[in-house]
Amino acid sequence: MDLIVESFFNLDTIREVYPLLLSGLWITLLLVLACVPLGVLVGLTVAVLYALRARWLNVLLVLYVDFMRAFPPLVLLIVIYYGLPFLGLELREFPAAVLALTLNSSGYYGEIFRAGIESIPRGQSEAARSTGLSALQAMLWIVLPQAVRNVVPPLTTNTLEVIKITAVASAVALPELLRSARIAQGLVYNPTPLMMAALTYLVLLWPIVRIASRFERQMMTPH
Amino acid sequence: MQELLYYYFNWEVFWRYLPDMLGGFVVTVQMAAIIAVAGLWLGLLLAVVRAFRVRPVNWALMVFVDVFRAIPQLVIIVFMFFALPYVGIRLSAFWAATLSLGLVLAAFAEENFWAGFTSVQRGQWEAARSTGLGFLDALRYVVLPQAIRLAIPPLTNRTIAITKGTSLASVIAVQEIINRASSAQAQAANPTPLMMGAVMYLIIFAPLVRLSRRIEKRYAVWSH
Repeated sequence: MDLIVESFFNLDTIREVYPLLLSGLWITLLLVLACVPLGVLVGLTVAVLYALRARWLNVLLVLYVDFMRAFPPLVLLIVIYYGLPFLGLELREFPAAVLALTLNSSGYYGEIFRAGIESIPRGQSEAARSTGLSALQAMLWIVLPQAVRNVVPPLTTNTLEVIKITAVASAVALPELLRSARIAQGLVYNPTPLMMAALTYLVLLWPIVRIASRFERQMMTPH
Repeated sequence: MQELLYYYFNWEVFWRYLPDMLGGFVVTVQMAAIIAVAGLWLGLLLAVVRAFRVRPVNWALMVFVDVFRAIPQLVIIVFMFFALPYVGIRLSAFWAATLSLGLVLAAFAEENFWAGFTSVQRGQWEAARSTGLGFLDALRYVVLPQAIRLAIPPLTNRTIAITKGTSLASVIAVQEIINRASSAQAQAANPTPLMMGAVMYLIIFAPLVRLSRRIEKRYAVWSH
């Protein structure tokens, strides 16, 4: 028991490294603030373009979504960070991570919004058009608001995953929460910083987990 | 164009690293298979345990599920590999990653199977019991098949997402696809191995993603 407390909840270590972890947490939050809105935006664009029902465009969009869902986010990040410089396109850690995570999450968000748009009966957009709205206006003001409301549960679940996935940015040495904890662990030779990082994620994300799992249960209940 | 081919689709580099990359492919597939099978079974088992509704046990299960849902997979893997040895638990990199992801999948699966159980209507239980089936038989022959069917669509997506996480094992130096691709890339000073790695992930996961679309349509229960 003493060994566990000494290793995982070492008070001296906590006092020593918490500023480092706080700065890591800050970068994690910045990543989330950049990636979630961008992913939603790109995903929404993909879904709206899909609703145009242009045959070849849709083939491309489905391919995009499936590819983004097939590549692990870490693989996207490594290809972007280590592979693109050969093309002369050198991105620093933060933008590389934002790009990789946005590509990854836009696939999932795109699929969710597409399902949402498809859940709205066509009569809605036809009625909107007949009142004189353009196709774009009908989509933005009539179809999308209802579509988004229908997909709040999967959006929540997916956003939770996007937040968690920001930890992969540690693999390209971006000092977010996990990376900072690893650096701190190297300084103090005990795993308390890792425990602190894990507990930070747990405390911050637990409320979202609760909400997400309630939503999931609702989704699975047959009507 | 010439340059693009030279850097990203260099045949000479391709052939030189192919055997090594195939070795990585095998490791990734092995990990993914173990995680999927063990995670789903453990999840189902835990959901069955929860059906007995023993209060302290269920509390423990809920804590397990929430902890493994809230903490990022990479954090769990790093913790298993770098932190547990301090209390005398030493796992090889392969098993630290496989165990971490297996437990994460088990947590999600438990939750989905359990949600499946609870959405099978109470009358079904009662009807099954009234025909003379015991608790376990009612569970096995009446409730489980329906619950599993309900849990299939969310679980297919979840299983794909978590087995994709095998790439995270590269961080603790498991020699799977992306780990080997990165070192080959550094060695050859050419990103062709990264492209090979990306294509390998497509070969493994693109068919599964397509399959999950089909399954979603086939088993769709919620529609608005």
